[in-house]
Amino acid sequence: MRRPYLRPIDSLWWAKPPYLAYTLREAAGIAIAAYALVLLAGVICLALDENAYSAWLRFLASRWSLALHAIFLIAMLFHVWTWFAIMPKTMPRLVIGGRYVEPRFITAAGIVIAALASFVLLAIALWVRP
Amino acid sequence: MKRSVTPVFWLMFGAGGIIAALFGPALVLITGLLVPTGVGVNPAIMDYVHTIAFARHPLGKLVLLAVISLFAWHGAERIYLTLKDMHLGRKLTLAWLSYGSAGAVTLATAAALLAIGF
Repeated sequence: MRRPYLRPIDSLWWAKPPYLAYTLREAAGIAIAAYALVLLAGVICLALDENAYSAWLRFLASRWSLALHAIFLIAMLFHVWTWFAIMPKTMPRLVIGGRYVEPRFITAAGIVIAALASFVLLAIALWVRP
Repeated sequence: MKRSVTPVFWLMFGAGGIIAALFGPALVLITGLLVPTGVGVNPAIMDYVHTIAFARHPLGKLVLLAVISLFAWHGAERIYLTLKDMHLGRKLTLAWLSYGSAGAVTLATAAALLAIGF
């Protein structure tokens, strides 16, 4: 009978370094999906009627929701960082002027573009006066 | 050769990831923190009248569907791979749970947007 050797693995391996960094990165994905659910609830309330939508807005103003969105914001910022940190590894090597562009420049450029994009959206929201 | 559906999930994951990286922080800040507290912005930008006007416009519908469904697919991919690595169930079960949820979110969003009308 075949009895292969199975190396014992700590069942909490994902909660310990060096894997913890990956677990946290993946957890940011949970926050992004949870934010999508909050928005979905808003769209469903919008489809129901004005009272339902007002209830959703009141939920957004509650302490629980503000704390939740503070966590979402931290997760989003962490996502921006990890997303562009991985980007050089997931794309073909970039050559400009016969030279390979260093990964850290790609990461930095991505974060700058993301900061600009978020800033423009924020600026529009701050300037719009309906 | 049998074609794999994995690239489709990766495409949705990547699309959601790039939207979240570019606009995620601003979106959460605006809809979840600034509008509810009235700090900096006029809360009227998200009142019933303006939001339903936004959701009735085809471009508004597209933005809402893209953001909500792609964020869900992005999260689903990460949740699926993490649960799979944790050996918390059979691969097929975990795939149905995570991708199925993202599919349900997509359908629910589309249905609500259609119910809102044009």
